[in-house]
Amino acid sequence: MLRRLVRSEGVWLFSRSPAAILAALVTVAIVAGALFAPWIAPTDPYDLSSFSLIDGLLPPIWEDGSDARFLLGTDDQGRDMLSSILYGARLSLGIAAIAMAVALVLGLGLGLAAGYFGGRLDAIVMRIADVQLALPAILTALLIDGISRGILPRELHDDLRLAVITLAIALSLWVNFARTARASVFVERNKDYVSAAIMMGQHPVRIMLRHILPNIVGPLLVIATVDLASAILLEATLSFLGVGLPADSPSLGTLIRIGMQYLLSGEWWILWIPTVFLVVLVVAINLLGDFLRDLFNPSLR
Amino acid sequence: MLTVENLSVRFRDRYGTTLAVEDVSFDVRPSEIHGLVGESGAGKSTIGAAIMGLLPAAGEVASGRMMLGDTDLRALSPAEAHRIRGKRISMIFQDPQTSLNPLMTIEDQLIETILAHEKMRPDAARARAIDLLEEIGIANAATRIRAYPHQFSGGMRQRVVIALALCTNPELIIADEPTTALDVAVQAQVLELIQKLARTRNVGFILITHDIGVITQVSDTVTVLRAGRVMEQGQTRRVLGQPEHPYTQALMAAVPPLDRKLDRFRLPSVEGEEVDADDTAQAKEAEDWLMSGIGSGGPSLDLQDITVRFRGERTGMFGPREDFVALDGVSLSINPGSVMGLVGESGSGKSTLAKVVAALVQPASGQMRLDGDPLQPLRTRRRDDPSRRLIQMVFQDPYSSLNSRHRVIDILTEPLWLFDLEKDQARRKRLVKAMLALVGLPARSLDRYPHQFSGGQRQRIAVARALLSRPGLLICDEPTSALDVSIQAQVLNLLKNLQTRFGLTTLFISHDLAVVRQMSDDIAVLKDGKLVETGPSEAFYARPTAAYSRDLLARTPAVRFDKPTT
Repeated sequence: MLRRLVRSEGVWLFSRSPAAILAALVTVAIVAGALFAPWIAPTDPYDLSSFSLIDGLLPPIWEDGSDARFLLGTDDQGRDMLSSILYGARLSLGIAAIAMAVALVLGLGLGLAAGYFGGRLDAIVMRIADVQLALPAILTALLIDGISRGILPRELHDDLRLAVITLAIALSLWVNFARTARASVFVERNKDYVSAAIMMGQHPVRIMLRHILPNIVGPLLVIATVDLASAILLEATLSFLGVGLPADSPSLGTLIRIGMQYLLSGEWWILWIPTVFLVVLVVAINLLGDFLRDLFNPSLR
Repeated sequence: MLTVENLSVRFRDRYGTTLAVEDVSFDVRPSEIHGLVGESGAGKSTIGAAIMGLLPAAGEVASGRMMLGDTDLRALSPAEAHRIRGKRISMIFQDPQTSLNPLMTIEDQLIETILAHEKMRPDAARARAIDLLEEIGIANAATRIRAYPHQFSGGMRQRVVIALALCTNPELIIADEPTTALDVAVQAQVLELIQKLARTRNVGFILITHDIGVITQVSDTVTVLRAGRVMEQGQTRRVLGQPEHPYTQALMAAVPPLDRKLDRFRLPSVEGEEVDADDTAQAKEAEDWLMSGIGSGGPSLDLQDITVRFRGERTGMFGPREDFVALDGVSLSINPGSVMGLVGESGSGKSTLAKVVAALVQPASGQMRLDGDPLQPLRTRRRDDPSRRLIQMVFQDPYSSLNSRHRVIDILTEPLWLFDLEKDQARRKRLVKAMLALVGLPARSLDRYPHQFSGGQRQRIAVARALLSRPGLLICDEPTSALDVSIQAQVLNLLKNLQTRFGLTTLFISHDLAVVRQMSDDIAVLKDGKLVETGPSEAFYARPTAAYSRDLLARTPAVRFDKPTT
C-alpha cells in the first residue's frame, strides 16, 4: 500500500512541483500550529491573568523597543500576538473545516440523488441551489444570525454563536458540491458498470454510495480544498463585520477587526501580522487545491 | 515520392525513454495506397505523426531519414514544416465530428485552407472549393458549400474532410483510421473515393487502420507492424494472402472470415496465460457449480411487437413532440440454448432491444416471455425478480463496464452476494478464483483493479461476472468491437466454449457480420428499428432474402484481394 503510494503518479508530480511542496509545507505548519496551540503558544490569550497592560503595544522583536518574550509584539491589552494568532487560527480552521464537512455531506447527498434520479427531484434541488447562489454568503449568514437571534433566548444565542456561524458558512458552500456531484453523476450514470448494477437489481442507495461515489471523489476533493480556503475567508469576513465571533474568543477575522483601529496609529503589527498570516494560509490552501485539480484532470497538464 | 528509412521514434516519460517505433522503413509512390496495419500499440499513428512533424511533446524522432521528394522532412525548421503541412502532406482523421470546425461553414473552412497555402483571389479559391466538392461526390456543391458541418451526415462529413485534405493539391495524404467511425455502407463509399482519388490525382496515401478487411481491399502495398517494429512488408496480396512471418499468419488466422463459420479460431501460443493443471482443476469446479445451477440449458426468449419511443423535442413552442421510434414492432424468438445474432448499422436499434430485455429501457408497447412466463419491462420489473439473475449482459466497452474503483474480487463476488448464491465468505472467494480460471485468468488477478488489465482480460472479467450469477440468458452487446483482432479471436473462442458447455441462450449483437457468423445459430437483421429478416444463420449468409441484407453483406469488408497487383 505504502509502496504503491510512493510510486504513484501523484507523488511523482508533487515532487516536481515546487509551488505545491511549498504550499503543503506552509499549510501543514499552520495547521499543526493551530492544532497544538495550547502547547506551543507562549501564553494563553483567554486567560486574563497571563498578560498585563504594562506589556501593551510592544512591537515585534525585529523593531526597536521590543521584548524578547513577545516574538510578534503585543496588542493594547498586552496580549502576545503570536499566541492570539495561533489560537485564532485554531478557531478559524476549526469552524471552516466543520462548515466544509457539513457542506460536503449536504451537497454531496443532494447532488448524488439529483443526478441519479434526475427529473423532478433534480429540478427542485437545482432550483434551490440557484436561489442559494443568488444570495451572497454574507447575506445568508446575516439572515441566519438574525433568525437565531429572534427565536433563541439571548444566553442561548451567545452560546450557539459558533454553531450559527458554522451553519451559515456551510449553507453558502453546499451548492458547489451539489453541482459538481450532480454533473459527475450524470457522466458516471451512463457508464456500463452502473447499467450492470441496475440490471442486477441493486438498491439505488447502494449504487450511489458504493458504485458511483468512489468514481466522483476526485473533483469533490478539489472543491473541498478550495472551499476550505473560502470558508476561512468567509469566517474572517463575518467576524470582521462583527457577525461572527466575539472579541473574547478571537478568530483571525476578529483579530483583523480589532487591528483596524491601529491602521494609522504606528502600531502596524496589530493589523498587519494577522492579515498577512491569513493571506498566506489562504493562498497556500488554494495552491494545494490547484495542484489537486491538475492531478485529477490530466488534460490540464 | 515518400521514403522513410530506419525511422525510430522515442518517447520520454518518468521511467526514462521508450522506443515507440523502431527501425521502420517503407516507400510510398505517387497514386499508391500504402497500408500500415497492426494492433493497438503497434506505432501506426506515431509513424503518421512523425511524418507530419506533429509528434506529441514527449516524443521525438531518434534516428532515420524521411524524404518527401527532395525535401528532407527531418531537416525542416518548424516554420518550414508548418508550410509543408497542408501544402504537400495532408491528413484525414478518424472522427469527422471533431475534425471540422462546427462554427464555420464548409465554404469558409475550404477557402481559408486554400488561401493559407496559395496566393489567389478569394473567388478563385471559392470556385476551386466547389469543384472539389463536386469531385468528391457532393451534389449541389454550389449551395451545399454554405452549410455547416452538422448539416451533413457522417459519411458526407468525412468526404468534406477529404476535400479539405485535397484542396491544396498535396502529394501525400495520411489517413488515420478514416472509416473506423463510419457504418459499412458509408465506409465502402469513402474507401471507393480514396481509391479513385489516388488513381486520378496521383496522390500517395498512407492508410492507417486496424481493419484487415479494409487493408486487403484498398491498399497496394502494406507494412505489418507490431510493437513499433516491421513484421512483414510488401505487396498486399502477397503479404496478407500468403503471409510468411508467423505474426502475420497469426493475425490473418484471427480475422473472422465472412464466407464460412469456423469451429474455433486457431490461436498460436496465448501470451501471459499459462494454463497449468491446478487451473484446470479449478476451472472444473466452477464448471460443476455452473452446471448444477443451469441444469439442462438456457430458457427461451420471446419478444412480441416491441416498440420503443424516445421522447423528442417539441417542434415549436406549442407544437407536438416528435418522438423518435427506436424500435418499431419487433418480434423475435430465441430457442432455448441457441445463439441469436442481431445485426444492423448504428442507430438500427440493436442495443435498444438488448436494453429492453435487460430492463434498462422501457418499451412503449409489446410483450416479453422468458421460458413461457411473462417477463416484466423496466417499470414493473421488481428488484428481486428472478430474471434479474437469469438475464446477464456483457457490454461493449470493457473499460466502462467494470467499476474502476473496485477490485476484481469485489466485482466478482457481488452477484454471489446479491443473489444469495453462496453464503460463506471463503466459499465465495474459492468460487471466484475458480471462475477466473474458467475464463482463463490467473488467481493473482483477484486483488487487482480493472485498469491493471488489458481490454481482452477485462472482457474476460466481465464474462466471469455474468457467469457468476448462474444466468440462463446471456446478452452480448458488441462484446469484441473494442478489442484488437487477436484478442477478439480469444474472447470469441471463450464465448463459444462456454456456450457449447453450458447451453446458454445467447443474444449476440454486433455490427460486424463476419463476427456474428462465427457465433450464431440464427440471425436477425434490424434496420431503422424494424426487423428486416430473420432465420437460420448459415442459410442467411448463403442466400439473404431481403435486399437490404444482401447490400449489407456485399459492403462488409472481408479479406478479399480485389486490387490487381501493380
